[in-house]
Amino acid sequence: MERDDLIEYSLHAHHSEEKGKEIRKKIWMVTLLLTIITVVEVFTGAFIKQSSWVWPFVKWGFIILTVFKASYIVLVFMHLGDEKKSLKYMILIPYFLFILYLIFIALWEALAVGDAWSTYGGA
Amino acid sequence: MAEHSPKLDSKTLWGGKESPFQTSYGKLMMWFFLVSDALTFSGLLIAYGFSRHDAQDAWPIGEETFNSMPFLGHGYPLLYVALMTFILIVSSVTMVLAVEAGHRMNQKGVVKWLIATIIGGAFFVGSQAWEWSHFIHGSEFGKIELTDGSQAIVKGHFGEIENFTVVEAGRHHKKGAVIKDDLLHEFQHAAVNGKINDDGMIRLHDGSLAKINKAKDHEMKLIIKRDGSKNKVGDTPILGKAAEKLYYDAVYAGEKNRVIYGANLEQNEYGPQQYGQFFFFITGFHGFHVFSGVIINIIILLGVISGTYQKRGHYEMVEKTGLYWHFVDLVWVFVFTFFYLV
Repeated sequence: MERDDLIEYSLHAHHSEEKGKEIRKKIWMVTLLLTIITVVEVFTGAFIKQSSWVWPFVKWGFIILTVFKASYIVLVFMHLGDEKKSLKYMILIPYFLFILYLIFIALWEALAVGDAWSTYGGA
Repeated sequence: MAEHSPKLDSKTLWGGKESPFQTSYGKLMMWFFLVSDALTFSGLLIAYGFSRHDAQDAWPIGEETFNSMPFLGHGYPLLYVALMTFILIVSSVTMVLAVEAGHRMNQKGVVKWLIATIIGGAFFVGSQAWEWSHFIHGSEFGKIELTDGSQAIVKGHFGEIENFTVVEAGRHHKKGAVIKDDLLHEFQHAAVNGKINDDGMIRLHDGSLAKINKAKDHEMKLIIKRDGSKNKVGDTPILGKAAEKLYYDAVYAGEKNRVIYGANLEQNEYGPQQYGQFFFFITGFHGFHVFSGVIINIIILLGVISGTYQKRGHYEMVEKTGLYWHFVDLVWVFVFTFFYLV
């Protein structure tokens, strides 16, 4: 029977011992980076109070670091960085299009609803 | 990985046999699943963001809510959840090392790293169970409702309850008996049900009345989380003697539900009702993903040990479960930021 999957694609990821060494080195570097980011986040979170004037900057710092961590996980650990361009963008573009828009519209609306409650009353 | 153009002869190619994405069917479908699952989590987290921006200052702050460590008690803001995050990141690393070993057809390496991944995942699920248990049972102080209808969370060092001295016999305890077991639980149960009156007398389960002997509390701080007629959300916290008076006025009021401990789906001591619901749903949904990931990893491990993939000539199954596992880690990165950090 003819196989309907193409084994060539599965075999294609194979690599040599030397290449493996290189890849493992990259993996450990990324691990170190992600760990450092997490440690920095926790210490900043524990020592800077949310009432402090620097908090808005810290908050945005956290969000940027999160996106940074996420991209390392997706591009290196999940190897999306090594996939074909068309696959990469097919996976990533929906988020840039819809999720950013949804975040914007939901949070904007939430602030308006919150204001309405505090202005016009309600429990 | 290496270059991405499998050598296909023209007959196969023109038979419509080439993947437009140059990847196998299974891997592509895993990516499609992950895209949809990521949209689900995005929707949940954005709904959380909506409630949070709606409630603004009334929303609990991560480092105030999660500050306990197993065996060590309170006063360690975010440390435990940071440890959990670290464990999950490390298990993601061991997974990618398993995939890498698979690409070299190194069966022993895959087994080793997969087992490490499974242990990390199991540790994470266990930690989450601890975290949930802690969240559900709550703090020693709980949250109080003040006389003006406002609600405040309570921070500080809770003075230890030494014993209850029975002053009026009930069905079980005799007069003059000194009770030393299960004190905090009894105290909280009575406080919730309005069974402590203003002389610091507690009505126990069996109907007996006892005097509470308790060490003094220290550094008590009340933070308003719901507006009342007098106290508003965002006011400076109430400290010291004033805080203690307000706190024990509520506890000794002899009214039901003036004090709330821990969390359930209807109410919680940390902030608005939705906070608890989102906490249970989002961390629960994520925890379920981790749990199923551990199960899938175990199944794949059995396949690796029995040599199925060695015979097949490639370890793509490990790569596909790896994608799922990294995705679980990815979601946690966002949950960690939006639930705990900001």
